[in-house]
Parts: sequence; C-alpha cells; structure tokens
Amino acid sequence: MSARLSRSAVLAVLTLLVIVVLSPFALVALNAVKSPAEYASDGPLSLPDSLYFKGLADFWIRVDFGEKLFNSFVISASVAVLAVVVSIFNAYALGIGRVRGRGAFLVFFLLANLLPQEALAYPLYYLSKEVGLYNTQLVVVIIFTAIQSAFGTYLLSSVYAAFPREMLEAAAIDGAGKWRTLWRVVVPISWSSLSVLFTFFFIWTWNEFFLPLIFLISNDKQTVPVALGVLQGDRMMDATTTSASALLGIVPAIVFFLIFQRTLTRGVMAGAVK
Amino acid sequence: MTTSTEVERRPLAGAAPARPRRRRSGGGYTVFLIPGVLLSLVVIVVPLLMNVGISLTRWQGVGTPEWIGLDNYTRLLDDENFWASFRNIIFLIVAMAVVPTLLGLVLAAVLFDYVGKQVGPRTASAFRSGFYLPQVLPVAVTGIVWGWILNPSFGALNAILTNAGLDALAKNWLGDPAYALYSIMVIMVWFQLGYPVVMFMSGLQRVDPELYEAAAIDGAGWWQRFRRIAVHLIKPEIYVVLVTTTIAALKIFGQIFVLTRGGPGNATLVPSYFAYQNFFEKAQVGYGSAIATVLTVIIVVLAVVFLRIQARGERRDLL
Repeated sequence: MSARLSRSAVLAVLTLLVIVVLSPFALVALNAVKSPAEYASDGPLSLPDSLYFKGLADFWIRVDFGEKLFNSFVISASVAVLAVVVSIFNAYALGIGRVRGRGAFLVFFLLANLLPQEALAYPLYYLSKEVGLYNTQLVVVIIFTAIQSAFGTYLLSSVYAAFPREMLEAAAIDGAGKWRTLWRVVVPISWSSLSVLFTFFFIWTWNEFFLPLIFLISNDKQTVPVALGVLQGDRMMDATTTSASALLGIVPAIVFFLIFQRTLTRGVMAGAVK
Repeated sequence: MTTSTEVERRPLAGAAPARPRRRRSGGGYTVFLIPGVLLSLVVIVVPLLMNVGISLTRWQGVGTPEWIGLDNYTRLLDDENFWASFRNIIFLIVAMAVVPTLLGLVLAAVLFDYVGKQVGPRTASAFRSGFYLPQVLPVAVTGIVWGWILNPSFGALNAILTNAGLDALAKNWLGDPAYALYSIMVIMVWFQLGYPVVMFMSGLQRVDPELYEAAAIDGAGWWQRFRRIAVHLIKPEIYVVLVTTTIAALKIFGQIFVLTRGGPGNATLVPSYFAYQNFFEKAQVGYGSAIATVLTVIIVVLAVVFLRIQARGERRDLL
C-alpha cells in the first residue's frame, strides 16, 4: 500500500515537472492561433474560440519565412555534407593511418571546436570583406564546415582507431589503394557513425546564431534563427505575432527532433564515451 | 610531416602488400589531412592569431591599427562592465552547469532506477523526451519564446498572474535589474536540464544490477545506493556534462542578444555580448579582441585541465 502510494507520489511530481518544462511550448502553440482581440480579452490561458491562422500567415509573408527556411536548409545541409567529408579525410589519416603527431592533431581539433566564436569573429569578418565573401552564405558554410569538422575529426578518429585491421589488409591484398579503400571499405562500414555526425552537423548549424548574425546582413540571405532573432523588440511584434514567430521557430526544430530522434540518442551516447 | 606521393604508394600496395603494412609510420596517409588542415588554418588558426594581435592595438576596424601593447588588458581590469560580465557568468554557470547537473542526477536516477523498473522503461523514456525537448530549440528561438512569456506589457506570465489576482507578483522580469539575471537563470535551467538527464540515464545503463541488489541486501537505502554506486559509476558522464555546460555558459550569446542585450545597465551583460558590442556597435575592435582573448584563455585552460583529469581517470581504470 505505501509502496503504491510512493509510486503515485513520484509519478505525480515527475508529471508536474514535465508539465512545467513543456508549458512554454503549449503557451506558444495556444496563442499563435488566437486572434489579437481574443488575447486582449481572454488572456494567454484561454483556449481559442476558433483557430486563427491569420497571425501566422501574416508573419510568414512579412518575413518571407519560406525563403528563410530554404536558406537555413541549404546552409545546414551543405555544412553537414562537407564537414562529414572533411572529418572522414582527417579521421582516415589520424585514426587509421596513425600519422605522426596524431595526438597533437587531435588535441588541436578538439580545442578548435571548443574555442569561443568571438575570438574568430572579427578577423573572419574583416577577411571575408577583403576577399568579397562578406554577406554571402558561402562564407558561413566555409566557417561552419571548419568548426563542425573539428569536432567530427575528434569523434571519428576514435571510431576509426578501432577499425578492424583485417578489412584494410584484405583490401590492400586485393590491390586497392588508400583512396579506393577509404571509399569502398571504410566509409560503407562506418556509415552509422557518419549518419550520426551528419545529423549533429545539420542541427547544430541550423541552430547557430552568433556568426550567421554577423555575416548575413541582408534580409534575403538570413537563416531562420537570425531572421526571427533580430525582429524581437520590433514595434510590430505584439503578443500573438510574437508567439506566431516563436511557433515558426519551434516547429522545424521539433520536426528534426522527431526525424532524427534515434540517431540523436545514439549520438549523445557516442559523445559520452569520447 | 612526411608525405609520400600517390606514385610511390600505388605499386607498393599492389605488388608487395606485406611491406607497407609493416612500416606503420603513417606514410601515404598524411595527404588526407591537407584539406582539413588548410581549412583549419584559414578559419581558425589565422583568425585566432589575428585576434590576439588586434587585442594589442587600438583599432576602429578601418585604417591602420595603432600598437598600444597591453593597454587594452589593463583597461579591462578597471572596467566595471568587464567584471560585471564575469560576475554574471558565474551566476550563469550555476544555472547552466551546476543546477542542471544536480537536478539531472536526481531525475535520471529516479527515472532509470525507479520509474524504469517499477512502471516501465517506456514511461521513463517518455519523461526523458519531455525534459529534453527544450534542448532541440535554436538558442535564439528559446529567447523569443521567453521574451514573449516574460514581456512586461503583453507577456503570458504577467497576464496569468493578473488573472489569478496576483497582480503584486507581476514584474518587469527582464527589464528590472533586480530580476533580470534571475529570470535568465531560470530560462537557462529550463533549457539545459534535458542534456544531463539524457546523458546520465544512458550512463546508468552500465551499472550492474547485481551491484545494486548486493548493496540492498547489505541494507543500503535508495539514497545510499544512488550516492555510492550510481554517482560513482557515471563519473565520466558527470565530468563531460559539467565541462561542456560550463563552456556553454561561458560562451552564451543568443539568449542574451534576443532577451536583454546585456541590460538593463549591465545586469545581464556577458563576455561574448560585451565583445560583440565593442566589435560592431562601438567600433572598439582592439578592446573587443582583448575581451575575446581573455574568454578564449579561460575556456582553453578549462578544457586542458579537463583533458588531463580525463586522461588520468582512464589510466586508473586500466590498472
């Protein structure tokens, strides 16, 4: 009896906590589909009488949200692909090739990933202006490919260090060179690690704010977080418009979370053993 | 660095496959490092060195930087905003690293050990997903969500309080220096909590159930088992979480930019926003670079200390 009581007590406390954690999401969703008049009269907790999509639609058109989604998608996907490729090359040399100075390289890549972006921001801003890449998505892709692949190199090198030697030897006996061995043997076998990296890079790049804020100043080049972030405090932003903008920021993140959930939980564990 | 070219590598691998395997000095692999190393040089090493160089100058971003030695650094020591930004960071480390780690430990243990076993693993993982959800949001979006909830004129929180007849509790959460930093702290706990919960729950899977049973037979209560066994065994995860979240706290920018821009006054100023202000709003590029350099040194020292501790831990495990 007391065991059952304490069981319900624990579950009640946990449920309450999760409700508190999830309540901001619920508040945003509830008020993004509420008319401003209804918000003014009934407040944020009332259920909307009818679903009101005009706030969302107006905001979507005003910021050209489709374009922002497209920009974010192009940048994140390009970074994810390129950073995975660079990570593969680095990790092939460090994990499988065990080139000299391997330890130093690994520490370098780890630190490179941890560095605060503030320490790179101004010189990168200056250099990108000098070479005419300022305010282009290309420069954002290049920068994040370097930053993300630093992490990828660190993680993938430890995966490749444990790569079955027999397979490499078998490939060598079959007459495959290092280039062929990499693409025909190493990459296919490590596909699951690579998909974890791809997922991470995509989501991390999607979520980035500081450097895209600095490098993408024209409206039509901006990503979702930058476009939404710079609008806050704008006079046009009333209660329901702000919650509509929040909802538009939340939805893609949750969609990715649902799509990638399995890969992500695997990846968090991979992060734990690094 | 030694680089052997394609030409000498190919025939060796084909004709005498045994030989290249024997001399494992890594010959022939170095070439694969070229793209990664070039990229890191251009995007990370050169800018980092430039940043340190700029920090020794007075520069507005145009014209020739004027060499002033360590003046920017001595100026930092007298700058009230600099100290405020680091004082605020200590509060944010509490909110982003310390509290989520402690709370995450308890939640993970309860979810894994109690809910997972008494109710079922599916319930446990549903709770875990719930706590983790804020983590998937872009930082700027968490700022937007909370900026709206805490808005003094049309925010949800004050509206809820007023409707409940608690007008007295309605505050200007982000605009009043007495509350702004605490409001940000609450937001950051909300944002970070899921990460330690997920990490610790996966770590707890390593704990041998027999160890727990043996301890229970010896009369150890739940709390004792938790402290003596669980916490001890997931130490690696605790280290990783503490270090990564502390570094994340030191780097915090997005939420501050969206929610308060460091204000009111310097109540929520943080080093990264302070550097940003000097770079792009005040055109004091040298001074901003000095702030960024100090932040970098702190983060690198922290990371190196952590790597040392981790390496020592691994050696001990091997013995």
